[in-house]
Amino acid sequence: MKAAISIGFFLLLYEAVARSGWFAAALVPTLPAVAKTLWWMLAEGTMARHALATLYRVFAGLAAAAATGLLLGFLMARYRPVERFFLPLVSALMPIPSLAWAPVFILWFGLGDTATILVVFYAASFPMILNTWTGARAVNPLWLRAAGAMGAGGAAMFWKVVVPGALPFIITGLRLAFQRSWIAVVGAEMLAASAFGLGWVIFDAKEFLNADIMLASLAVIGAIGFLFERLVFGSLERSTVLRWGMVRAAKA
Amino acid sequence: MIEINNVTLEYDTPGGKVLAVEDASFAAKASEFVCLVGPSGCGKTTLLNMIAGFFAPTQGEIRVGGRAVSGQGQDRGVVFQDFAQLFPWRTALGNVVFGLEMKGVSRAERERIALEQLRLVKLEKFAGSYPHHLSGGMQQRVAIARALAYNPGVLLMDEPFAALDALTRDEMQRLLAEVWRETRKTVVYVTHNVAEAVYLADRVIVMTPHPGRIRAEVAVRLPRPRDPLSVEFLEHQKELLRHLTQKEEER
Repeated sequence: MKAAISIGFFLLLYEAVARSGWFAAALVPTLPAVAKTLWWMLAEGTMARHALATLYRVFAGLAAAAATGLLLGFLMARYRPVERFFLPLVSALMPIPSLAWAPVFILWFGLGDTATILVVFYAASFPMILNTWTGARAVNPLWLRAAGAMGAGGAAMFWKVVVPGALPFIITGLRLAFQRSWIAVVGAEMLAASAFGLGWVIFDAKEFLNADIMLASLAVIGAIGFLFERLVFGSLERSTVLRWGMVRAAKA
Repeated sequence: MIEINNVTLEYDTPGGKVLAVEDASFAAKASEFVCLVGPSGCGKTTLLNMIAGFFAPTQGEIRVGGRAVSGQGQDRGVVFQDFAQLFPWRTALGNVVFGLEMKGVSRAERERIALEQLRLVKLEKFAGSYPHHLSGGMQQRVAIARALAYNPGVLLMDEPFAALDALTRDEMQRLLAEVWRETRKTVVYVTHNVAEAVYLADRVIVMTPHPGRIRAEVAVRLPRPRDPLSVEFLEHQKELLRHLTQKEEER
């Protein structure tokens, strides 16, 4: 409900600008015009194909990044040599924008899904690595001591104490990785995708000055992001770290 | 049951070597309740941590149940001062079963034992509650149940009630005395509170800081439950305070 108010307010502001006559209607279409295009694209099925193509790339890249980030982050936190080996590598690779890799990946793997997924993977990996690494090191030493005194070691210590203890950081890492995946996928599709994808359709629409298609696609990206944030990450947080009091809800 | 033989702990700081504990020796018999009393910096917690096996002494030896201590072990249960010692992602029951889980006890059996332990600390109604929904006193009771559940011979307690308000603390002390009477564990209990030591202990070891040394041993032979307002109780408190302040007179 509160989300509807804040989003509604923003939409009203946009509509006021669109109707003000300051800009050409073709460049700043009104909301009904955008809604009509969106409806048409949804009814025709093209929007679903674009969205599915993009979702596939996002989740393939994100899943690979999450697996890599968790593994590497935990290993770095546990073993000094692993940390010493990978930390400089992470520091050097992290500041390179994932999009800067797109031309390289295209050169190596050709146009298409592989290059796009790799760009997403690259973008999403670093928040996962860094958050897992930090989370594992931030586990309350008292929990480790208490667990150790009760006979936990090795695998039990890891699965029953370190993993749940690091969960607030890991969930935040997933959220950041998800968000960065979207930034990466839209850019990568512009360069590497040849037919479908929400990013591709936006840049394709530019050629024909179809501002309504661009905005309709942007709205779909926003809606997907919002739904995932609310349904997936929000409920993941509510059913774990929030429920356990490891993070607190904001004050009313 | 517990033997501390000439234990010294020295550690390096940027300002040079610090003697946290110097040549400490004492013993605790089976089922004895021993309190380590002293001001902050006297090495009482350090000594307890060495008995728990969190780190090894620089010199000397610690034996529990006849075996030399090397590292942590299920023969000792540990309760800390900080409420945050409980695992927040586990319910009260989930916390108490942890040690039994590590021992490989079957699910039904460990839940039966854990409920029994929670009943001992009068928290069976809160078995399904997460720690952050429990008060500080309740969390410490869960921690005691958790440390007792896998049935260690020794219970090591590091100022478990120091962060509680005075009324709750009195209640907790009564409860602990009761739990000890029923379980007959050997207890080493660290505190800076002289009255608490006289209320709980069979024997009080007085420690003084810089360097951390054992200053005196005082036996408390008062019948239980003890009356903190009785003359004998206050006499014991006075004696402990005398040992604790002696150092300044010597200077």
